Amino acid sequence: MNTEKRTKGLLLKGGRIVDPATGRDEVADLLIEAGRVKDVGKLSAAVDSDRCEMIDVTGLVVAPGLIDMHVHLREPGREDEETIESGSHAAVKGGLTAVVPMANTNPPTDDQTAVRFVRERGREVGLTRILPVAAVTKQQEGKELTEIAELVDAGAVAISDDGVPVRSAELMRRALEYAKMFGIPVISHAEDPDLSADGQMHEGLVSTSLGLHGIPAAAEESMVSRDLILARLTGSHVHIAHVSAKGSVELIRGAKAQGVRVTAETAPHYCTLTDESIAETFDTNLKVNPPLRTQEDVQAVIKGLVDGTLDVIASDHAPHSIAEKEVEFPAAPCGMIGMETMLGIVLTKLVHGGHLSLSQALARLSLGPASALGIEGGTLEPGSPAHLTIIDLGKEWVVDPSTFASKSRNCPFTGWRLTGLPMLTIVDGRVVYTSPDREARGQRAKARASAKNR
Amino acid sequence: MNARGKVQRLQRKDLLGLEYLSRDEIELILELGKSFKEISERPIKKVPTLRGKTVVNLFFEPSTRTAASFDLAAKRLSADTINVSSSSSSVIKGETLLDTARNIEAMKVDVLVIRHRAEGAPHFLASRLGASVINAGDGCHEHPTQGLLDMMTMLEHCGQLDGLRVLIVGDVAHSRVARSNIWGLKRMGARVTVCAPLTLVPYGLESMGVDLVTGLDQAIVDKDVIMVLRIQLERQRSGLFPSLREYARTFGVNRERLKRAKEGLLIMHPGPINRGIELDPDVADGPYSLILDQVTNGVAVRMAVLYLLSGGEGARDEH
Repeated sequence: MNTEKRTKGLLLKGGRIVDPATGRDEVADLLIEAGRVKDVGKLSAAVDSDRCEMIDVTGLVVAPGLIDMHVHLREPGREDEETIESGSHAAVKGGLTAVVPMANTNPPTDDQTAVRFVRERGREVGLTRILPVAAVTKQQEGKELTEIAELVDAGAVAISDDGVPVRSAELMRRALEYAKMFGIPVISHAEDPDLSADGQMHEGLVSTSLGLHGIPAAAEESMVSRDLILARLTGSHVHIAHVSAKGSVELIRGAKAQGVRVTAETAPHYCTLTDESIAETFDTNLKVNPPLRTQEDVQAVIKGLVDGTLDVIASDHAPHSIAEKEVEFPAAPCGMIGMETMLGIVLTKLVHGGHLSLSQALARLSLGPASALGIEGGTLEPGSPAHLTIIDLGKEWVVDPSTFASKSRNCPFTGWRLTGLPMLTIVDGRVVYTSPDREARGQRAKARASAKNR
Repeated sequence: MNARGKVQRLQRKDLLGLEYLSRDEIELILELGKSFKEISERPIKKVPTLRGKTVVNLFFEPSTRTAASFDLAAKRLSADTINVSSSSSSVIKGETLLDTARNIEAMKVDVLVIRHRAEGAPHFLASRLGASVINAGDGCHEHPTQGLLDMMTMLEHCGQLDGLRVLIVGDVAHSRVARSNIWGLKRMGARVTVCAPLTLVPYGLESMGVDLVTGLDQAIVDKDVIMVLRIQLERQRSGLFPSLREYARTFGVNRERLKRAKEGLLIMHPGPINRGIELDPDVADGPYSLILDQVTNGVAVRMAVLYLLSGGEGARDEH
């Protein structure tokens, strides 16, 4: 991979520029210089082709770089399941120009050294941007606050004990107050651990027939409710991770109407899969926390995305080894991978499926997470950083985990036919990923050009 | 049986639960169980039907009656049997459940009977193994041969299942016996009522087609059969009901309570019984108790299941 600093500009010619931040949706050229968007418009004639590399993106969508604000990269600790390197490859293949790994590594990302390690490894790999979340409490034990000022100084973009909830309301209150000084959100893994104890799947008709111990939606809703109340009390920004339940969507909608500083996220599987899929199959790739819920919940989550109650779609990419998943259902760990399928699922089921406009979908995948984290991104306006995702909206493909860049295979979407795939991923003005289809096309074009020249 | 156009064989590799068994399939098993029962009454309790077949009983949870019952059922049909029991879960042992099962299958066995604390463990193995898998109880999910033997017992004493009024009392939430009975009985046209403290009733139980009540005295009045479930002592410790004493007084089946019952109300229990808690000894051992009949029929019904899954047909020749 080319790591030298780009001196030449890069012109993306003839793409459909979709910018959810400004509402722009038009065919135009986009010029990148020095890692930033320089200009958008009819530029081909004005640009000096010697000083500028040109890529023809006719027929493709040029979108602000997608940001996945909820992933697990497992390094350090479970490098057999994923590493920052393999996760970075998976990310750029999924069109993700930044990913936000959670702190539940082993050891947890709860001190400066750990945060610096994750950032450094990300930079060394040099594909997508790795923006770590640090733990709220030391060892994620829910007892003592981490050194939040220093964690932010080391490069943490948010704090969260994701994987486990902060059980103590008092500690959560203090974390929210303290984090407010640095303008970072506290990300809430909203789960009442007493209500969810021993739970294997959503508590509903399917858990009743399967005899599996259920996790009631109330386990999520009650904790969402608590954290919204604490956000109101402190005036701090809380971000609710992986919303799965109808009741949570309604609580967040109400809190937003009251002016509480809350952003919220859901994942592709909560918009597409229900607990029914577990019946008969006992497929452990469908075991996830929070659990897949009912059709009614799926509809409420989609509605939340449509009206903006849910700001963000993030994958909650959670790699697990085949050995750990190839077991009886109650013995399997929770989690599914998703970085390489997120865009395809969102485009196929939510955009082509008629729920979200393309601009809305891209907002939930770029502008939404950028705003929730208070970082640059989510727009193509001149001056903004040149993180871009170039998408073929009509590209049909079949999900096949054996082709994934991720080290893990615990994907619930195996065999799904999707429409829409990233073709190019650009970070800091540099092309960090080109899809194999695109490469083949480039080679054919080159061959044609050289044949013509002879 | 051919003349009546009934199904003659099970078009399935495994018996995992009663939820998806058809009425015809249940009838086939029950009829065959009835004809097999007679073998156990003979002085020489053995027929050569499954000679050369191998049945492995793989029990990951302690069991006395089910393990013995499957073993005897297989032996009376002349199958070779081995019993592998381990109370520790596969994860603790270090070898995965799948590895254990694949190793046993590699010894060329025909039927794997499995009991496991994990719901879906038999389904997990069935989808990955070529051998037939019989679920001998998976966690709180299903225990299909128990459901079948219970139905066989009710059929024997009541003549038909259609319209039969059955009351299930106790911890339905954690009971695989209750689930298998509900699916099977509903499929056969019985009317099932559940009586339990609401903390031991799973979400939306009525959607399985049963009536739910909490007053045992009223519930007993018009029933033909009452099936009493075992109350597990750890449920009280985890706070699902206040005390065993209160449970016994509120949901225990005793002679006093049965005074309100119809003449001839039959008493069933899947065992093992907590005497004096969910069922009083004088009722358990009383004239209307079918508890030991259930155990006897267990062998017969398991013979039928083993026979059908090994490729046998419903209309048997005389042995």
